[in-house]
Amino acid sequence: MKRAFPILAVLTALLLGYATYQALVVAPTERTMGDVQRIFYYHVPSAWTAFLLFFVNFLASLQYLATANPSAKRVINWVVIAIAVVGAVAPYIPQVQKQLPEGLYPSSVATTAVMIAVLYFLVGKFFIERSLDVLAVTAAEVGVIFCSIVLVTGPLWARPVWGIWWTWDLRLTLTLVLWLIYVSYLVLRRFSDSAQTPKLAAVLAIFGALDVPLVYFSIWFFRTQHPQPVIGGGGSIDPRMLHILLMNWLAFSCFAFLVCWLRYRLEIMQRDLHEAQALEALLGDGLPPSSARTGSPINRTPSGTGTA
Amino acid sequence: MNSIKFLYAAYIATWLIHGLYLGSLARRYSRLRREMKDSDKGR
Repeated sequence: MKRAFPILAVLTALLLGYATYQALVVAPTERTMGDVQRIFYYHVPSAWTAFLLFFVNFLASLQYLATANPSAKRVINWVVIAIAVVGAVAPYIPQVQKQLPEGLYPSSVATTAVMIAVLYFLVGKFFIERSLDVLAVTAAEVGVIFCSIVLVTGPLWARPVWGIWWTWDLRLTLTLVLWLIYVSYLVLRRFSDSAQTPKLAAVLAIFGALDVPLVYFSIWFFRTQHPQPVIGGGGSIDPRMLHILLMNWLAFSCFAFLVCWLRYRLEIMQRDLHEAQALEALLGDGLPPSSARTGSPINRTPSGTGTA
Repeated sequence: MNSIKFLYAAYIATWLIHGLYLGSLARRYSRLRREMKDSDKGR
């Protein structure tokens, strides 16, 4: 794993460079907006990556709360299974199908519902207790970075196209609210030392995640100033533009994965160090050095891949 | 409409935000390394 990081970092840098070249040089120029439309190749993938990270934060927070209470875990597991079953079956019922917005296929809804359940159980399988909380805080922090990029690049596109930097449009307002919720999540994590903080943060994260589908579907269900969806939702896009958009998303997703990896390691090592320091402070000189250091991160280097 | 400056501003802002965040991670790593050394010396 230690060797894989530099290799992945180089590959990601190459992919990001190539994707940026494609966006700036190769992508066709949009007829009405001109070159400023190329902001879209950074704006949209950043938004999708932020949503994905907030979704990971949601799953990790849910699993963290479930793990803390075994009886609640059983209930939550069954609720997730029920959501997957209902989500997989309901879109094929004709009455429900009629309610779906144009371009939203029943198969997409069913796949999403099943994927939510699968990812929920995968997160629970590969991350346990403390690492769930670490995963949640990692995903939230990197997600806020990507969401900040969305909120900066959006107005830079809007100014030349709409003639205004910002409008209190539903999509824009909900995105700002989403950003504020996760910033408050990080502020809570940063300034609260209580043992209950991870639980409180997990609850906040679950409610915060409810804003993600609202942001995503706001342009499907309501008339907004924000452009309509280019994929699904009745929208259309030049295949060359779509190809470059997806390439940029892949590049940003790989970049986000590496940044999360770094942040995750940092959080684990910080917690290990503070636990070891607290243990030593408690036991003082009465603790034999070898036992005090067993399993502690004192001898690990920050670039190491000791735990997790 | 001179929109090209907005395009460059958006791309520069994106990498500036990522750069600042990576810089803050690097700072936190070096602070942690220092804390580890201090912790080792204290023994």
